[in-house]
Amino acid sequence: MTQSHIATTTKQVSLGTTLRAIAAHRVVWPLAALALIFLIDFLISPNFFSIRVVEGRLFGSVIDVFYRAVPTAMVALGMAVVIGTKGIDLSVGSIIAIGGAVITWRIHAGDPHILILFWALGVGLLCGVWNGFLVAVLDIQPIIATLILMVSGRGIGLMINLLYGGTNPSYTSALLQGISTGHIAFIPTRLLVFLLVFFVLWALLRRTALGMFLESVGGNAKAAYLTGINARLIIFSAYIICGLTAASAGVILSADTHTSDPVSIGLNIELDAILAVVIGGGSLSGGRIYLGMTILGALVIQALTTSILTSGLPPEYNLVVKAFVVMVVLLLQSSNFRNLALSILARRKR
Amino acid sequence: MNEKYLPLTATIVVFLALFAIGGLLYNNFVSTLVLGDILADNAFIIIAAIGTTFVIISGGIDLSIGSMIGFVGVVMANLDVVGWHPLASAGMMLVFGLGFGALQGLIIDFCDIQPFIVTLAGLFLLRGSCFMVNLDAVPIRHDFVHDFAGVSIPLPGDGELHSSAIVMLVSLVVAVVIAHFTRFGANVYAIGGDKTSAGLMGVPMRRTMIGIYALGGFYSALGGVIYALYTSSGYPLAGTGNELTAIASVVLGGTLLTGGVGMVAGTLFGGMIFGLIATLINFNGSLNGAWIMIIGGVLLFLFIVLQRFLVGSFRLRSAA
Repeated sequence: MTQSHIATTTKQVSLGTTLRAIAAHRVVWPLAALALIFLIDFLISPNFFSIRVVEGRLFGSVIDVFYRAVPTAMVALGMAVVIGTKGIDLSVGSIIAIGGAVITWRIHAGDPHILILFWALGVGLLCGVWNGFLVAVLDIQPIIATLILMVSGRGIGLMINLLYGGTNPSYTSALLQGISTGHIAFIPTRLLVFLLVFFVLWALLRRTALGMFLESVGGNAKAAYLTGINARLIIFSAYIICGLTAASAGVILSADTHTSDPVSIGLNIELDAILAVVIGGGSLSGGRIYLGMTILGALVIQALTTSILTSGLPPEYNLVVKAFVVMVVLLLQSSNFRNLALSILARRKR
Repeated sequence: MNEKYLPLTATIVVFLALFAIGGLLYNNFVSTLVLGDILADNAFIIIAAIGTTFVIISGGIDLSIGSMIGFVGVVMANLDVVGWHPLASAGMMLVFGLGFGALQGLIIDFCDIQPFIVTLAGLFLLRGSCFMVNLDAVPIRHDFVHDFAGVSIPLPGDGELHSSAIVMLVSLVVAVVIAHFTRFGANVYAIGGDKTSAGLMGVPMRRTMIGIYALGGFYSALGGVIYALYTSSGYPLAGTGNELTAIASVVLGGTLLTGGVGMVAGTLFGGMIFGLIATLINFNGSLNGAWIMIIGGVLLFLFIVLQRFLVGSFRLRSAA
């Protein structure tokens, strides 16, 4: 920020400082990563960007990236809010599992399907209240507080399944499956649902003071408290937001397979969501919430996965490539590493 | 009594209470046979958790444990196929674990990236490498595996201390010595207590950070070796989620995740508590695996709340 400011105001702008300023800007590296991945995809399969209409909906690799990124991106939005308060939520995968189990249970109990959506959100709310209670009221560190629900949540999901018999019960629901896999006017419905969630969250954070409060609590909880912000309440609300976005992702993921499978649904999604936030420039030490950048981070992760599949590499390479890309993006974001790399480059030129 | 021993005492009390409950419910539960089996079955996870204890005392976290266990097993199994002696491949993997951990520590300290993210990348890298080597379980057929399993020290009663439990106890003693009787150990506690103060007081930050994660990597690799020898196979999915069990064992053992407070010996009991719960549920027979998860979560909750109030009332840390 300061560097770019200096670069534009002083007249003797050297190329080096401009480059350094660009390199230090938070939007550059994730965007460059996404562009590079797409470029490689284009070189591998030239029709990567072709979009066609099949059976009234858009089809194509790029659409597929967006389509598959939705659950992770949705979880990551809530995660970004929690990370902004210097917290972390490891239990999102378990919330998805419990949500999926409750959805299936209530459908079997014969509830109207529109009501099921509220059941799912209720699960997210309840889990968020639990995590928020542990973190904000009992003052337990977030990583261990949410570990409790992470460890036990999938077990709770299995118990709910056993309530009415069956290990992995399935269901059919036109409404839920429509939300997950349907389309409205060529566009996949889940993209529209995602935009709705994003817009609501954006309005909540940026059109009310809540976003500023969350960031100030994350930056320095004590200072925020001394300026009159109810820090506990604000942290509480962050975990509730995260629970709700996780439950929304749970509706989409559960309806995708229309099965309650608590053991494997949303497995490792907490890791992907945290990665999305970090790739998007959010620091785990709190104080900043970048909603748009978080979506970019989720897209980088999904684009990587999709391009490994389209490039014909065995899917086993997925994790290794993901690890390397994550490390490269993170190393480039570290100023220490950038300076080291630049000094090595400079030495070579001499 | 010194208040720093309170969390450890609570852990041991819970362990004994659970053992007594088992004794009340089932005949012959309180025996060295059951105890020896719990030690042997959970040796690999306790070994890995011992290394994690150092990482957590320093205020960090290591998520790459489970993948390391899987990766070590897969490599050992494949080297066995081409005729390596298990001891040779084990030695190589221990060096690899040490180096991999050191690299993680270097990146964490030099690039100032949170341990959570760096070791998460480590998790992906090692697990992905497992899948790249092979997708199926590969048996380790060398005679040494059989000989290793045969080694045991008889305990009073019917029980015996199996070879994996012996390795675990020896590595625990080594870890206790490192933690409490070396300068490095003191530095680890200092960094966990307050990183800035430790740096100002002259603790060699980079060297200690690299050492901490190298130790973590070494111990998780040793856990992987023991797991591979114990199951006599390498399976690419082995150890999935074990990093959480290890972290939970450390927490149950009375180490605070805020860093600076904890005992390596507590981790032994923390890990044994998890093993005991699994054994109790197996003894019951009618309960399913979901209960292990739920009871594990409940216990974790109780311990964390207990620790929370201990910290609050006894000021183990002034500003947690």
